[in-house]
Amino acid sequence: MRIFYALSFFLALLTPQISGAQAFKVYDNFSELEERIAQAKSTTLLVINFWATFCKPCLEELPYFNQLHAKYASPDFEVILVSLDFKSHLEKKLIPYLRANPLSPEVILLADPEHDEWIRRVDGNWLGAIPATLLIRGKERDFYAGEFEQMKDLEDFIFRFYERIGVPPPTGITN
Amino acid sequence: MKIHFLSLALSGALLCAFADVASKYTIGDKVEDFTLRNVDGRMVSLSDYDSAEGVIIIFTCLHCPYAELYEDRIIQLHKKYAPKGYPVLAINPTSPILFPEDSFEKMRARAKAKRYPFAYLQDSAQVVHSRFGASRTPHVYLLDKARIVRYIGSIDDNPESPQAVKKRYLENAIAALMRGERPYPDITQAIGCPIRVPKSAPRLDSMPVASPRR
Repeated sequence: MRIFYALSFFLALLTPQISGAQAFKVYDNFSELEERIAQAKSTTLLVINFWATFCKPCLEELPYFNQLHAKYASPDFEVILVSLDFKSHLEKKLIPYLRANPLSPEVILLADPEHDEWIRRVDGNWLGAIPATLLIRGKERDFYAGEFEQMKDLEDFIFRFYERIGVPPPTGITN
Repeated sequence: MKIHFLSLALSGALLCAFADVASKYTIGDKVEDFTLRNVDGRMVSLSDYDSAEGVIIIFTCLHCPYAELYEDRIIQLHKKYAPKGYPVLAINPTSPILFPEDSFEKMRARAKAKRYPFAYLQDSAQVVHSRFGASRTPHVYLLDKARIVRYIGSIDDNPESPQAVKKRYLENAIAALMRGERPYPDITQAIGCPIRVPKSAPRLDSMPVASPRR
């Protein structure tokens, strides 16, 4: 029994998910994110934002993704926040940030160091500066490298995606 | 960087200067001379390096954790390659308006504390990084003897851990130039902190546009 407690204590130290901050998954390989994307229904829009706690413009636009999730989340509309924080700085950076700034969308830490390899798989034109936002619905994709100045810009970006693929957007997203 | 050029082009005085250079440098382009202020107060030009076999231009800064992780590696690169004719020329493209921690005084203090063996120039007007098309820090441009861009990208494949590096992109590119060959790969991408432009100028880039798909 004592061993069990010692073990649980040790695990609690190791597992960021149970230290008071919001739970998040850690993907060490980009292919895990690809699998996560592939699991979505072909009628579900995935709004995937790449960010990090050290990226000022990322933190400025994060509230819009929170709002987006609050307004539109449904089986056909998912928001995923992919943090590119350093895995070795989790306890100092990402976890305290999530504790102080609860995010309602799903959070994933992507810790694949092979940047040159996976950045191209996100978008062929991406140079790797964050923030960046990827929209995926079935085989359709749009990508924007840059920050959204206001909520309206993010909604416009999503509206235009729906418009381009000829699918009606969720109620509330208008041009 | 189209986005940066649009912002710059709108900011009046720069309109004329940039009307004819609407594209960023890519592999094979010749880099025009530029002059910026070094941390020692003197003005430094690319042409000051005319006798060098090549120049390792690195856009870096103080506020970005990625740049910080690479700081020691940049110093080592200069120590290793400057004697072989390939000095590092570091440029801080950060606007101190947006990041006071990248002020000229802070740059000078850091360069002194870490004994930077290379020139560390301030591009606070953000003219040079726009011309290059540098979009993140750190962002490397390796130039050959004729000041032709031969490699663009990251230093290696592991920002977080120098010990875990498997691919030394920049060193491999320098080695290729030394052999008289073209580096491969000549472009690599990496996550980095964005180089931000203050919003004082009217922005055309506030409206996100999906990048063209290929």
